[in-house]
Amino acid sequence: MSPVETAVTAQPPVVQKPNPLWTFGLLRSELVTTFRRWRTLALLAVLAAVPVLIGIAVKSQTNGGPGGGGHGADGGPAFITQVTNNGLFLVFTALAATLPFFLPMAIGVIAGDAIAGEANSGTLRYLLVAPAGRTRLLFAKYTATMAFCLVATLVVAISALAVGALLFPLGDLTTISGTRISFADGLGRALLIALVVAASLVGVAALGLFVSTLTNSGIAAMATTVGLVITVQILDQIPQLHALQPYFFSHYWLSFADLMRDPVYWDDLIHNLGLQALYAAVFGSAAWARFTAKDITA
Amino acid sequence: MQEWSAAEAEAGPDVVASDRDAPVIATRALTKRYRGGQLAVDGLDLTVPAGSVFGFLGPNGSGKTTTIRMLMGLIEPTSGTARVLGRPMPRSSRAVLPHIGALIEGPALYGFLSGRDNLLRYDAADPTADPSTRRTRVGAALDRVGLTTAAGKKAKAYSLGMKQRLGLAAALLQPRRLLVLDEPTNGLDPQGMREIRSLVRELASDGTTVFLSSHLLDEIEQVCTHAAVMAQGRLITQGAVADLAAGARGRLVVTTPDVSDAARVLKEQGVADVVVAEDRVTCEPPDRELADVNAALVTANVRVRGFGVERASLEDAFVALTGEGFDVAG
Repeated sequence: MSPVETAVTAQPPVVQKPNPLWTFGLLRSELVTTFRRWRTLALLAVLAAVPVLIGIAVKSQTNGGPGGGGHGADGGPAFITQVTNNGLFLVFTALAATLPFFLPMAIGVIAGDAIAGEANSGTLRYLLVAPAGRTRLLFAKYTATMAFCLVATLVVAISALAVGALLFPLGDLTTISGTRISFADGLGRALLIALVVAASLVGVAALGLFVSTLTNSGIAAMATTVGLVITVQILDQIPQLHALQPYFFSHYWLSFADLMRDPVYWDDLIHNLGLQALYAAVFGSAAWARFTAKDITA
Repeated sequence: MQEWSAAEAEAGPDVVASDRDAPVIATRALTKRYRGGQLAVDGLDLTVPAGSVFGFLGPNGSGKTTTIRMLMGLIEPTSGTARVLGRPMPRSSRAVLPHIGALIEGPALYGFLSGRDNLLRYDAADPTADPSTRRTRVGAALDRVGLTTAAGKKAKAYSLGMKQRLGLAAALLQPRRLLVLDEPTNGLDPQGMREIRSLVRELASDGTTVFLSSHLLDEIEQVCTHAAVMAQGRLITQGAVADLAAGARGRLVVTTPDVSDAARVLKEQGVADVVVAEDRVTCEPPDRELADVNAALVTANVRVRGFGVERASLEDAFVALTGEGFDVAG
């Protein structure tokens, strides 16, 4: 090492140009770090357990009461009545059950912790001095959070598919519109639905990241983000606020069910994706403006 | 990517040519006022010569950390300028910081990652670090601070001293032109402190400039060639350590069992500020020949065990400058 060192230190500053591909090193490191955290794995384990619980509940109900298969219509999550006929419906049921609360809560924890958690532990200053670059770090954090959205959704979907295949018959299925589609087509739609559900969480992720740039306490940022998610869900239920409701990030979440229509009904789906893009743009810019101008005192 | 070409253009040939003698850190009227009006750093003009080991002294709350954070681009100055390695900060952060290794306010680690994985992560954060040499460089840095055997342990299981070493290793991942070390021997045992000091000397002899903040004055005195003293956000003095210490006069020390007689004779000889402590009498050295003073003592039947001038320490200089003991303030 030392001959190299002497050579470098004796010379005038050499501007080391980073290889553009090397900048992805931070993103990879970010992904590895996120998914090696015990907390992340615990969240994913909770999400994986939800379909198991639903599956067992539906199965025991069917076994207990003869002919009780179709009576869960009032109250249960969408598609729950079809689960006994086709295990694939457990995927849709599980996503419908986790989307309003479990999934956004998990995203809120990861996104809220993104910057504030690093500030809390002091590692943020070393990343910035490395120098990670503030924009680059924020980009890596947002990408890692969105990767978590996707992984979390897929964990729910795959767990549901496994439980569904184990406990219930699989086969051709009937869409909401009453047409029959093949199992392969059904699987394709399930994957598409998982992707749409993951995309539905982009708004929460951007919101959480913005909150995360406001504080040096990871816990405060997580709690605020999860609190906002719950508040918006409650406000979305109050009829007097219907003028505002189309702008709540959760308003069109359950529109993913429209992918099970034949032909697919796109209006609400597109509303949802547009709304998520709007949230990502607004809160992403706000997070960027805040983070690039912030004094790092932690 | 435009930032890069801008930075390059700025480091034109003339800047590069004069660079070797140019100060590594130069601030002009650097000021930071936090929201709420608190003035943390007030008109700081700091010059750190290239190749020096620069001691940065001051009690807690004197603005040292705020200054370091401004130099590292973490905090935006309220007014004034800071140039590091010849480039303005924080504007040229991306070009300057890869040449700087820093340990700021103690180490910060990912407790759930091993020591080695911590370093891999910090190295991945540097866009100029070559991924193909990453593992080798991490291994070399761990070896340099003596953590090779503990590299696989989770960082949360590390002792404070080990964390400090790992923080130092992160600063040494690449050959650096400037090392900024904030209290690098904090939490280390005496053996560890000695190792860090010899490491600092070794790095300095390679030509790396070291900017070292410490509350241990003898440490600064042992290691540093230059020093600056801050108090209440202002720079009190800066310069070569030898010059600073020379500013405070040494003391004449007489060791004798006959202290009261010695004190009387010394006063008769016209020396000022005579202080008696156990078997020692100290005073300001007179301007006349010291041998005559000694002869006067012996003539007066004072049994002299030891006689000599003790060199002024940096602590004496510090006390003279701030009017307070260093340990009291921080």
